[in-house]
Amino acid sequence: MIFVDETIYRENVLDHYHNPRNFGKLSGANAKAKDDNPLCGDEIELRMKVSRKGIIDDVKFSGHGCAICLASSSMLTEKIKGKRLDAALLICKTDVFSMIGVELSPVRVKCALLGLKVLKMAGYFYKGRKVRPCGLDSEL
Amino acid sequence: MLDVKKIRNDFPILSRRINGKPLAYLDNAATSQKPKQVIDAISDYYSHSNANVHRGAYVLSEESTEMFEGARKKVAGFVGAEGANEIVFTRNCTESLNIAVSCLSSSLKRGDRVLLSVAEHHSNLVSWQGVQKKGVALDFLSVNNDGKLDMAEVVRKITKKTKIVSIAHASNVLGTINDVRAIAKIAHEKDALVVVDGAQSVPHMPIDVQKLGCDFFAFSGHKMLAPMGAGVLWARKEILDEAPPFLRGGEMIKSVSEKSATWNDAPWKFEAGTPDVASAIGLGAAIDYLQKIGMGNVQKYGEELTKYCIDELSEIDGIEMYGPRRATQRTPLVSFNLQGIHPHDMATLLDREGIAIRAGHACAQPLMKVLGVPAVCRASFQIYNTKSEIDRLHSALLNAKRLFAK
Repeated sequence: MIFVDETIYRENVLDHYHNPRNFGKLSGANAKAKDDNPLCGDEIELRMKVSRKGIIDDVKFSGHGCAICLASSSMLTEKIKGKRLDAALLICKTDVFSMIGVELSPVRVKCALLGLKVLKMAGYFYKGRKVRPCGLDSEL
Repeated sequence: MLDVKKIRNDFPILSRRINGKPLAYLDNAATSQKPKQVIDAISDYYSHSNANVHRGAYVLSEESTEMFEGARKKVAGFVGAEGANEIVFTRNCTESLNIAVSCLSSSLKRGDRVLLSVAEHHSNLVSWQGVQKKGVALDFLSVNNDGKLDMAEVVRKITKKTKIVSIAHASNVLGTINDVRAIAKIAHEKDALVVVDGAQSVPHMPIDVQKLGCDFFAFSGHKMLAPMGAGVLWARKEILDEAPPFLRGGEMIKSVSEKSATWNDAPWKFEAGTPDVASAIGLGAAIDYLQKIGMGNVQKYGEELTKYCIDELSEIDGIEMYGPRRATQRTPLVSFNLQGIHPHDMATLLDREGIAIRAGHACAQPLMKVLGVPAVCRASFQIYNTKSEIDRLHSALLNAKRLFAK
C-alpha cells in the first residue's frame, strides 16, 4: 500500500508550502511545543491560545522543513483554528494523509507527521499531562 | 581508460528500473553496488567451502581459513600494509574507528587533547566524545569557504597536549581530500598519533598507509564494491600488539582458565567470535576487481565525472554546491542545495525519475551547522556511473525547479 504518487506535490501542497497559513510566532499563547526530525533537520514550533471553554482561539506555527512537513503543518492549523482542543487531539495520521491527499513512503511519513506530533505535545502540555515526544509516536 | 559499458554489465542491479525509469544509482558514498564477481565469490564460498575458521582440523575449515586469511593478505597489499597481521577485520568503518579509540583511550590522561575537524562523519566524532569523561578535551579544525582545512590552523592546534589527531582522509559531504600526509608529519613532530578515517578515500584512489604516515587507517569494504559486513582497521603492528582487546570471547584468546585468559596475537586479538568470513572473501574479490582496472584509472574517471557534474550543475540558477571547486582535490561526490527546495523533497522528485541520491545531514550534523543548512542533497559516483546519468540528474533538477516555482 506504500507508494509515492506522482501527485505528491499537488498544487495544494505547494500552495501551502509557498504560502503557509497561520505562520509566525503567536504572543500570549498558553499552549506551545517544539520538536524536530533530526534525520532531515525539519523543525516545527506550534503555539495556541486556548480559551477557558477549551476552544483554540488562535494558532500559529513556525520553523523550517520540507514541503510535506510545512504543508501538513499549515493545513493542520487551518483545520483546528476555532475548534475544540479535545477534538483537535483526536486527529490521527490518516487524517493528515487525507489532507495531503496521498500516501507517503515510510521516510516521508515522518515529515508529514511532525506538525501533528507538535500539536499533540502542545495540547497535552496545556492539559498538564507530561509527555515525552518519543512516547507520542505510537499514538499518532 | 575505463570500459564503462563493460563494467556496467558486471553489475546486475544496474539493469533494474525504478518507477519505470532505468536506475541511476548516485548514492555511492553511502554504499556502492556489487559486481557479479563479488556476488559469485560469496555464493561460491557458501556453496563449496563454508566452515568456521581457525577451528577444525578438516578440509573445509582449512579451506575456509585459507580463504579468509587470503583476503586479509589482499587487503594488506591494497593499502600498503607491512604485513597481513596489521589488518583487523571489523564489521564496518565505524567499528574500526571505535577499536582505534579503544586502543588509544587507555593511554589518555586528564588534560590531554584530541584534535578532530568540524567536517567529521559522526563515526569519527561520536566515537571520541566518550574520552571527555576522563578529562580529555576535544579540539576542532575548521574548514574554509572552499571546504578545505587550513594548514596554519593545523600547526597551531596541534600542541604538546595533543595526543591524537583523528581526521577523515576525505569528507563525505564536501569531498575534500585532506593532506593527511602533511598533517601526520606535523602531528608526529609533537608526538601525537594519527588516526585516519578512510571510508571515502579507499574506494576512489590508490592508498599507501606507509606514504600517508598515519598510525591507524579505518575503512569499509561496502563502499568499494564489496559486501556490507567487512570493515578494516589497519594499524602499525607494534600499536596493535600493545593495545587491549576490544571484544572478549572466543577466537581472540591464547589460553583460558576459569578466572583469567591470555590474548591471541594481533590481529586476531581484535576479532572475537566467528567473523563474517564470506564478506571478507567478497572484499578480496572486490580488491581483485578494482586492481584489474587499476586504482589510478578509478581515480581519474572519478575526477572526470565530478568535474562534469560540477560544470553541469553550476549552470542551474539558484544552486549552491559545497566543497573544493577543483575536481582533482576531491572524491567523486557533489553535495548541493537548490534554492527553495528541501533536500527531502528533491530526493523524492529524483526518485520518481529513477535517480537515487542522498538527502539529509549525511551523518555530519556539526558540518551542516557550519554550512548553515539543515541538510544537503548529495550525488556520488562509482566506476559504473556515466555522464548521461549526470545529464539526467541535471534535467531532473530543472524539472524540480519548474515544479516548485512560485
